[in-house]
Amino acid sequence: MSLRDRLRAGSFAVTAEISPPRGASTDPVTATAALLRDWVDAVNVTDNQGSNVRLASWAGSLAALHAGLEPVMQMTCRDRNRIALQSDLLGASALGIRNILVMTGDHPKFGDHPEARPVFDLDSIQLLWTLRHMRDQGALLSGRPLNPPPDCFLGAVENPFAPPASFRAERLGKKVDAGAQFVQTQYVFDVTVFTRWMAQVRDLGLHERCSILAGVGAVRSRRGLDFIRDKVPGVEVPDDVYRRLRAVPADQTAAEGARLAAETIKELSAIEGVAGVHLLMAGNEQAVPGILDEAGLVRDGR
Amino acid sequence: MTAKPPIPAHPRVGTRLAYGLQRALRPRRLLHWLSARIEASRLARPLFTTTERLTKDTLFGCRMCGQCALPVTGYVCPMGCPKELRNGPCGGVGADGGCEVYPEKRCVWVEAFERAASQGRSADLRLLHLPIDHRRWGESSWLNYWQGRDEELWTREAGGVGDTGDNRRHQPVLGGS
Repeated sequence: MSLRDRLRAGSFAVTAEISPPRGASTDPVTATAALLRDWVDAVNVTDNQGSNVRLASWAGSLAALHAGLEPVMQMTCRDRNRIALQSDLLGASALGIRNILVMTGDHPKFGDHPEARPVFDLDSIQLLWTLRHMRDQGALLSGRPLNPPPDCFLGAVENPFAPPASFRAERLGKKVDAGAQFVQTQYVFDVTVFTRWMAQVRDLGLHERCSILAGVGAVRSRRGLDFIRDKVPGVEVPDDVYRRLRAVPADQTAAEGARLAAETIKELSAIEGVAGVHLLMAGNEQAVPGILDEAGLVRDGR
Repeated sequence: MTAKPPIPAHPRVGTRLAYGLQRALRPRRLLHWLSARIEASRLARPLFTTTERLTKDTLFGCRMCGQCALPVTGYVCPMGCPKELRNGPCGGVGADGGCEVYPEKRCVWVEAFERAASQGRSADLRLLHLPIDHRRWGESSWLNYWQGRDEELWTREAGGVGDTGDNRRHQPVLGGS
């Protein structure tokens, strides 16, 4: 069953994330897709994540598709203008890539080419709107008709933890108005703050118009923990979570991180309006089966 | 595009005064007539545009995109956002409200939200801003505003159908027909 059908049917969905390699081979994507295939419903393929050059998202998505795992192609506004972005959607749709996740993207300053020109011709909301218009109106921004129009299932991201906190649910509302059919959130380490955000989302009725997948990360090492806390823009690791992961011996951090992830998934799945979880594993995909098993989310049982 | 890079700037005009000026200078027949005369003059037009540039640079850090969003962003310029986001903050805002790219500066959208809310104008931030026309950099947005050419910058609904609300803007680019 496709991600779109699964979410429409109201079944709990699990997605994960793959970063394509820095190199001219899709083999690593194929290998990870084969590992995740029996555990998740779809896998995001990142678009030059963190502004570092990697194999193109569309190529990684195609490799996942060929490996039998439905891809979610990520598209950022950082590197391409409206001409290239519209062209990419047509290409993806023609290749059978249906799920498109739209985001603004990190600034080039944080990547391996900080001297690059930041594009940001459209913002994420304008891009969602553009892609929906291409699909539903069958036309480009210019008004020129598309024959045939693309077929796509549009996703967005949201960070419930970044200021201004009281505007974050409304900002998701703008994305839903613009065309978002599903949303994947930033890492949820603070379930209390996430629960508060979900209450605002429900008040606006957004959970009925858009499937909400909560982001869950599994910390693998102390270094990884510090990186997530200090280097990933917009991520907050609460002190009690930080202390819990530091309290175990360094060689136990991965096991404790996986336990915490499984517990978080259980808590999140009990919140009204949460349609699934999005696993942010940062290269630690082999831990996915264990975490889902512990969280009681064996695929066939879901 | 402009030589001036996008860096968050903080308005030097209080929110109440800015909204007061907005009411005083809203498009009406006299200003429509006057702005048409200025546009038609080879001397007055560049002089007026330069005056606008200097004034708005001093007050708002204006970069002359020519498609002014200030009236619906609490008079904080969104083009000072390093990602030039016109529809709200990105996900990288620091816990202290700092910009992701220039952490020592406040996110323009955090400030816009506070300023708009302080005057009961938070609903402004729900408007959907359409993609801008990059051919218009350097133009006078005041003249564009009084001439009614700014009316396609934002809309209340993204759908393009069925909305007849007052704030509805025409969408010749996105889903209009």
